[in-house]
Amino acid sequence: MRFGVVIFPGSNCEQDVIHAAHVLGHEADFVWHGDTDLSGFDAIVLPGGFSYGDYIRCGAVARFSPVMAEVVRFAERGGPVIGICNGFQILTEAHLLPGALLRNRGLKFICKQTTLKVEASACQWMDAAPGTLLRIPINHNEGNYICDPETLARMEANGQIVLRYCEPDGSRAEGGSAPNGALDDIAGICNERGNVFGLMPHPERVVDPAVGITDGAVVFTSIAKRLAEVG
Amino acid sequence: MARFQIFVTYKKGIFDPPGATAERALVSLGYDEVSSVKIGKFIQLEVADGTSEERVVEMCGKLLANPVIEDFRIEPVEEA
Repeated sequence: MRFGVVIFPGSNCEQDVIHAAHVLGHEADFVWHGDTDLSGFDAIVLPGGFSYGDYIRCGAVARFSPVMAEVVRFAERGGPVIGICNGFQILTEAHLLPGALLRNRGLKFICKQTTLKVEASACQWMDAAPGTLLRIPINHNEGNYICDPETLARMEANGQIVLRYCEPDGSRAEGGSAPNGALDDIAGICNERGNVFGLMPHPERVVDPAVGITDGAVVFTSIAKRLAEVG
Repeated sequence: MARFQIFVTYKKGIFDPPGATAERALVSLGYDEVSSVKIGKFIQLEVADGTSEERVVEMCGKLLANPVIEDFRIEPVEEA
């Protein structure tokens, strides 16, 4: 399959996504933020970084890039879209995913390995069994997920909560296991249909066996498998 | 030239980490009377004369504030 990786001014994780796709035997190409043609791509990736310098709010300006109108149409047609870190922030600003990402509770930029628990969800980008633990690093300043209680209940009922931060043994600490203070330890969510996925951790950084951990590969292999099945 | 001042603050119930930190810092500096600090954004907007406040509300809802987490207040600035 062929991934389209959007580059906004200030994106800085696009090369990692391309590399991860290649390692897994897939094709991947860049898409410029001014482009409006996504034909030829099976899935779209909004990578991490600091699009437009994070001015106003993270993702607030990128959301109005010419390419984003096309990404919204692509998602509405059922095309798979993933937003990683800044990409997740852009997806919430574009209202493709509910809620918002606030500044980390401890006011610190956090760059560390985390353990994530796979939840039972409708997400097309995650076919690992519920309860599976994944070690995937985070690298952000605004990953503190928030939404109103009604939205949280709706997401829970619809199977839209895909990944939660947890302790290394899979348990969740009483005061929360999210290093950034995220509501209900939420690390990644999808839309109702399951084709749009946003997460703060960086799965593309733990795909190449050369880095020692390959827990991020499942994100890319899940969507590839699904696309192969549905043709 | 017309001017507007825009105040963007977190909605009630949204935790404001910089505000909470400033609050603790003020109390630890001896300002025991401080019970709450909320930190938001202040935006000064210059627009063509005759621009309606509705247009400014639209700008806020679309870009300058995120209605999911933020409230905004708009004040026209009277020229001296």
